[in-house]
Amino acid sequence: MATQIESRQRVRTDDGRLLDRLVVNVGPSHPSTHGVCRVIAHLEGEVVVKAEPVIGYLHRGIEKMAENRTYLQVVPLTDRLDYVGSMYANWAYCRAVERLAGIRVPERAEYIRVIVCELQRICSHMMGVGASGADTGAFTAFVYAVDIRERIVELFEDLCGARLTYNYVRPGGVAFDLPDGWIEKCRHVVRTLPDRLRELDDLFFGNWIAQGRMRGIGILTPEDAIAWGATGPVARASGITFDIRKNDPYSVYPRLDFKVPVGENGDSLDRARVKLMESIESCGIVDQALDQLEDGPVMAPYVPRLIRPRPGDAYDHIESARGSLGVYLVSDGSPRPWRMKVRSPAFCNLQLLGNLAVGHTMSDLVVILGSLDPVFGEVDR
Amino acid sequence: MTSLLWGLVAGLGGGLAIAIAALFGVWWERKVAARIQLRFGPQQAGPAGLLQTLADTVKLVIKEDVTPRAADARMFRLAPLLVFVPAALALIVIPIAKDFAPLDSGVGMLLFLAVPSVSVLGVLLGGWSSSNTYATIGGLRGAAQMVSYEVPRSLSVLSLIIVAGSMRPTAVMAAWQWWWLPLFAIGFVVFFISSIAEMNRGPFDLPEAESELVAGYFADYTGIRWAVFMMVEYGAVLATTLFASAVFLGGTNGLPGALGVLLLLAKAIVLTTVVIWIKWTFPRFRADQLMGFAWKVLTPLALLQLLLAGVVAIWL
Repeated sequence: MATQIESRQRVRTDDGRLLDRLVVNVGPSHPSTHGVCRVIAHLEGEVVVKAEPVIGYLHRGIEKMAENRTYLQVVPLTDRLDYVGSMYANWAYCRAVERLAGIRVPERAEYIRVIVCELQRICSHMMGVGASGADTGAFTAFVYAVDIRERIVELFEDLCGARLTYNYVRPGGVAFDLPDGWIEKCRHVVRTLPDRLRELDDLFFGNWIAQGRMRGIGILTPEDAIAWGATGPVARASGITFDIRKNDPYSVYPRLDFKVPVGENGDSLDRARVKLMESIESCGIVDQALDQLEDGPVMAPYVPRLIRPRPGDAYDHIESARGSLGVYLVSDGSPRPWRMKVRSPAFCNLQLLGNLAVGHTMSDLVVILGSLDPVFGEVDR
Repeated sequence: MTSLLWGLVAGLGGGLAIAIAALFGVWWERKVAARIQLRFGPQQAGPAGLLQTLADTVKLVIKEDVTPRAADARMFRLAPLLVFVPAALALIVIPIAKDFAPLDSGVGMLLFLAVPSVSVLGVLLGGWSSSNTYATIGGLRGAAQMVSYEVPRSLSVLSLIIVAGSMRPTAVMAAWQWWWLPLFAIGFVVFFISSIAEMNRGPFDLPEAESELVAGYFADYTGIRWAVFMMVEYGAVLATTLFASAVFLGGTNGLPGALGVLLLLAKAIVLTTVVIWIKWTFPRFRADQLMGFAWKVLTPLALLQLLLAGVVAIWL
């Protein structure tokens, strides 16, 4: 994998000129690759003429590891996929298992899942928006975003003891019921956050330098977004109103009232700002779900420790913070999945980088990469 | 002979002043930035974390001094000096008390503008000799940026010289009147902004843009050599804010002795705080936007200021 690259290349253009190209190896360990992405950027002056993402530095073989574990033991593995949004991977996997084994989830558990996943969406989007801030040099915006995220991480810590890898959503329901006083705390957080989110919107997206850095940079056309299978905020920033919560409703989302923010231009500014707008909507969703929450069990009755689904396969997808996150499971009747495949939105969205970055400068490359918001745990799996 | 000796003392004093400015500046920046970012900043080392920078300095001094194998070793080691010495020299022409500057030169204003420009060489050399693509890009960016921002910076100081009728900084400070504030408002803003660009600080810190170029032209430096680059940045902040307070904001306002020095320092600290405030509020420019800003916005404004100053000078 590690290939030595020559930092200067002499190329002959079509009209016969000789050009010196500078080849810059960005990553795998670099301040703005948000993990371990490596991009080989070919520059002419400061303009990128070619950018190839090299992935796989965080490959742990999670899909293969799943084949040697029981269905319940796989849940902690899914935490490590998208480590900025563990709840989603938990939920997507559990939905696939439930579909495979025919488990019905109690209503209270469904509500709790919606609540934690919408909180997780804010959490994850704040990392995304903050990263866009850090990429453009607005470190203060990053700290503000992380501070907002911290409020939610504290809620999660109260809920299940973990701040990053929760292992909270389990096949059949959720691991524990909400602790005492959690609902009030949560309600306070989701009612105060919209103001803080708007403050961050003013602080960062209202700044003329930030707008100058991100507007018109890396424009993704709606046609390209569909052709490349982009989903989530990346696709919605290009004006595509595709959201699985609306288009293929699951869980209790049909009973909740919310809007799906879309962008107009499909540039880096829209991609980053759509995330912030979605976070404000998520606060409303959590508030409604807390109102509708009723008492009841949080785990389906009689879910065995060793789930042995009948031979067959199942696929289920949910709208994660990055887009359509799907899990495909094949069972051979044993207590272990015969095959697990994750459809990772971050992986699909990252493919766009090579196209979007061409013609922009090296500084724009990191802005575009940041606006695609890849999480490499999920890209490399 | 005495003048040579005095020059040596003044130069060493300049170097020492930079070191002290860096010690205080880093701490002050951490504290101010922390307040902006809902944090506390250093608290544990000494009262209010004052000794934190000292601890960091000790750490930097005992670090391994690495010269990359592919680097042009002699040039690589020379670059920090080439950046540091001009920055220290620029300090000695600044009037720090009533009618007193360590080097009370008749062309002090010109010296202040010209000498730090030599730093460009060090930046370019540091970037080039590292033989690292990030450092090379950073060095080239730095050279382009520092040369471009020289123009509005010099023009805005030139308008001062026209009205004051002297290039001696102490004379300019002595000639200061309160109506200089509205008259040179544009010039002061232009000088301040282009000085921030000149010292490679945010939002103009492209040569060392950490999100794209890791640390730019000093990406490969370690330990004390790295610290020298950082110190120069604070040295430049000190020089700029002292100079701006002295000639644009009235300096000591005619107060004699220590009182005047304190007033000057107070103005400089306020300006330093503004420099830090700007850095931690604004995102970073892109290279082309940065150049456009220098040539399309700041230079015309500086020319306007020059025109204004010329008219006033004739009218006087």
